[in-house]
Amino acid sequence: MGAITFDISLAFYFCAMIFSLLDLSKSTKTKIFPKLMLLSALVGFGFHTVYIFYTGFMAGHVPFVNPREATSFFAWCIFLLFFILEYRYKVGLMGSFITPLAFLLMFISFILPPEMKPLSPVLRSQWLGVHTVFAFLANAAFAMAAGVGFMYLVQEHYVKSKHLGGLFSRLPSLHVLDEINYRLVTAGFPLFTIAIISGSIWADNAWGSYISWEPRQIWALVTWLIFGIVLHARLQRGWRGRRAAALSILGFLTIIGAFAGLALLQKGSHVFL
Amino acid sequence: MRVLVAGLNHKSADVEVREKLAFTGEKLEQGLSAILALPQVKEAIIISTCNRVEIYMGVEDPGEATGQVKQFISAFHSIPEKLLDKALYFHNDSPAVRHIFRVASSLDSMVVGEPQILGQVKAAFQFALEKKATGVLMNRLMKKAISVAKRVRTETKVAENAVSISFAAVELARKIFNDLGGKSVLLLGAGEMAELAARHLMNNGVREIVVANRTFERGCELAQDFNGRAVTFSAFKDEMVHSDIVICSTGAPNYVVFKQDLHNIMKERKQRPVFMIDISVPRNIDPKINGLENVYLYDVDDLQGVVDSNKNERGKEAQKAEDIITGEVDVFERWAASLQSIPTVVALRQKAQCIGEAELERLFNRVPMDEKQQGAVRQMATAIVNKLIHSPTAALKEDVEDRDLFIAIIRKLYDLS
Repeated sequence: MGAITFDISLAFYFCAMIFSLLDLSKSTKTKIFPKLMLLSALVGFGFHTVYIFYTGFMAGHVPFVNPREATSFFAWCIFLLFFILEYRYKVGLMGSFITPLAFLLMFISFILPPEMKPLSPVLRSQWLGVHTVFAFLANAAFAMAAGVGFMYLVQEHYVKSKHLGGLFSRLPSLHVLDEINYRLVTAGFPLFTIAIISGSIWADNAWGSYISWEPRQIWALVTWLIFGIVLHARLQRGWRGRRAAALSILGFLTIIGAFAGLALLQKGSHVFL
Repeated sequence: MRVLVAGLNHKSADVEVREKLAFTGEKLEQGLSAILALPQVKEAIIISTCNRVEIYMGVEDPGEATGQVKQFISAFHSIPEKLLDKALYFHNDSPAVRHIFRVASSLDSMVVGEPQILGQVKAAFQFALEKKATGVLMNRLMKKAISVAKRVRTETKVAENAVSISFAAVELARKIFNDLGGKSVLLLGAGEMAELAARHLMNNGVREIVVANRTFERGCELAQDFNGRAVTFSAFKDEMVHSDIVICSTGAPNYVVFKQDLHNIMKERKQRPVFMIDISVPRNIDPKINGLENVYLYDVDDLQGVVDSNKNERGKEAQKAEDIITGEVDVFERWAASLQSIPTVVALRQKAQCIGEAELERLFNRVPMDEKQQGAVRQMATAIVNKLIHSPTAALKEDVEDRDLFIAIIRKLYDLS
């Protein structure tokens, strides 16, 4: 049952992505594609949620302990935030920038081996859930911030270069994009901080030290530092707009780098990353 | 009598020259009567705005009048004639008629389709009318120009251009700020187009409009119009720290806002975005400013470019306007030509009447008649005179191509000097 719900949600996410891309390519102001996109994404999200609860129930712990589950949950978090932002801001074309990213994560999850190794007893702890949920929500917020930051850069390019064709009229205003980016970073940063703190407590419980300076942990600290700088620079020096957008993209690329590189290497005591 | 125009506009002369040659305040009345005093000039109208100074005249000989007018302008504004050569243009007859039609229709404006010029033309005509500076030719010319402008406005979309430029500015502002509600607008200088753009922004709910103009009084007037406030021109940099949208049209011949200024201002603003619109020609804001972060600078050409996404359509509309004008110039020219035969008609009538009077006088001297008889003979004489000159008069008034020939023949036949 788990596999089927996953496949169904993948199929719906795929449809959502196709509709979002059609929306992007259509110059006509047809409202049908955004609606179809949102509908498919919501149905996919429903099946996806069922899948996560089912596997978690079967495993007896939060189901994010291997790369397959982790990337799938990452995608789930992104969709969750996407729905919230879509409801809150009703921003045009955001789906076209976000659903491909989320679908890509789902697809990566799909091709990864579905190993269901039992979790080593030393890691069985309530901190597992706290750490992973906060880490992924934070990463999802940063991913969205990067997506919205990219939208900002595209829109700013139109305004600066004075060629107001293409997506100019359909993309939201610079102010809104900058504000969403800012909100996402300010939301993601404390979530990420909680993830790091809970992770180190968990590490202390499991191995007896808060930090073991393994690559994954260093990457996490680097990421934390980058987003800390993004926030600080914005609040103190007015680094808004283009710089904030570029920095949040850079921050997200570090996260992806950590994910990809370290997941492939599979070294260290960190379970899957 | 023929139409002659002497003038300069934003294309032919810098704002400094335009300002020197402007007929403002008392100068307008003085200038008008001084022009009318020139031997060649029978009628005159002066149109003097920020972007143009033009004198329309009814003259006998355009060639001779040109020299006199140039001398007059040079003397009146105490500017050497040599300096005027580059700035001044002269048109006579149908090019002159075409010119005033294009000016009134706003095809010759800095921002094509800008609506204020027609009002300015009307005001100039009204003033000349009050001062009795106009006659048949100028009255007809100006009335026609005003009606042509109205035709162009209603029958083509040219007038939409200026509106769409300020509309484009508002659209852009929305794409930068999203909501214009809390935004503050600074007007640098008080040109016609800037006023239009500011009005559009105000209708879209900006919080405040501040005017910084070189002439403080004019700034105050404008600020009152917008329920805003006026500041002295020298204070504009301090004001820019609080302004989200800056509309610049000072008419200065060089840059007024430089990159370094704005760099400092942006620091003080903590990089809050600024949208700058430079409506001036030549530009008043250093274009390099667009390179600064969070600063978005658009000049008139840029905005025109935004509007011009449908260039073909616009070209067609402009062509339509030019066609209307060409047709109307023809109509006017035909009327003006018919004006040429009037002196001949008058001379012919006078001559015939003189002959009639002289013959009656002789007859009454030789043959004694009572009053009744005299009246009857006089009546007959008048009838003969009128009937004899009726056909040549009608022929003169008729709208024919070789009217000049007709005039010459009739003058010769009847020996009209």
